[in-house]
Amino acid sequence: MSTQSFFEFSVDRENKTIHIKREFNAELSLVWEAWTTSSILEQWAAPKPWRVETKTMDFREGGYWHYAMVSPEGNKSWTRYDYQKIELHKSIVELRGFCDEDGVIDPNFPRTQCTNIFSESDGKTLVSMSAVYGSSEILERMVTLGFTEGMKVCMENLDQVLEGLK
Amino acid sequence: METRRDIFQAIADPTRRAIIALIALQAMTPNAIAEHFQSSRQAVSKHLKILTECELIKQEQKGREIYYQLEIDKMQEVDNWLDQFRHIWETKFNQLDEILETIKKQK
Repeated sequence: MSTQSFFEFSVDRENKTIHIKREFNAELSLVWEAWTTSSILEQWAAPKPWRVETKTMDFREGGYWHYAMVSPEGNKSWTRYDYQKIELHKSIVELRGFCDEDGVIDPNFPRTQCTNIFSESDGKTLVSMSAVYGSSEILERMVTLGFTEGMKVCMENLDQVLEGLK
Repeated sequence: METRRDIFQAIADPTRRAIIALIALQAMTPNAIAEHFQSSRQAVSKHLKILTECELIKQEQKGREIYYQLEIDKMQEVDNWLDQFRHIWETKFNQLDEILETIKKQK
């Protein structure tokens, strides 16, 4: 078995907030790079067999990442992360919203504000994320994008990867 | 896949969520349901139709009346969202672990 990394997931329904904490076995600058470089984000931001296709990546305060989540059938769901506040190697505050191919935000779904905080200790990096959802519907939509059906396949993919690591 | 997508669209509507909350307490006739809403009976009946199509509620004939009641199993399925959401993140992070290992080796 590969060593289990620290992972915490909790939901604060009252405040429509999801808290996620995860430790990575890598130094902070590398994890930061994986979080902010589109070519690396594309490799992990969608659970296989879904994939991410970047249209625009402009990582700076006021800039945004505009990407599509592509299903195995080729259906695209567009999302935009607007970077509101960036403290190099410390934190990123982004406003996530569903949009269309041209980056126009879907007014039917309130956006989600997500704060990512990075900290390093003993060569390992802890990322704490807090996502504040504008409404509970947005959570519903997250799951309707086709992830649910793909989860079984996903877990099997993961099993194979882990098997290969043993 | 389409059916599932519809379930979430069905409950994304506030009136439909209110209908679900209402008949969760007890099975009700379309007229009794409509009395709780300011929308027209027609509008309420359209909502009931959508909820029925998504199998979130079902009709049951009792005597002359039709009653709507919740499909409990389906509602529980919907309630698993957060579990699924958690799994999605877990999977993404595991993918990232792999990538970080690869990059470390390259450097």
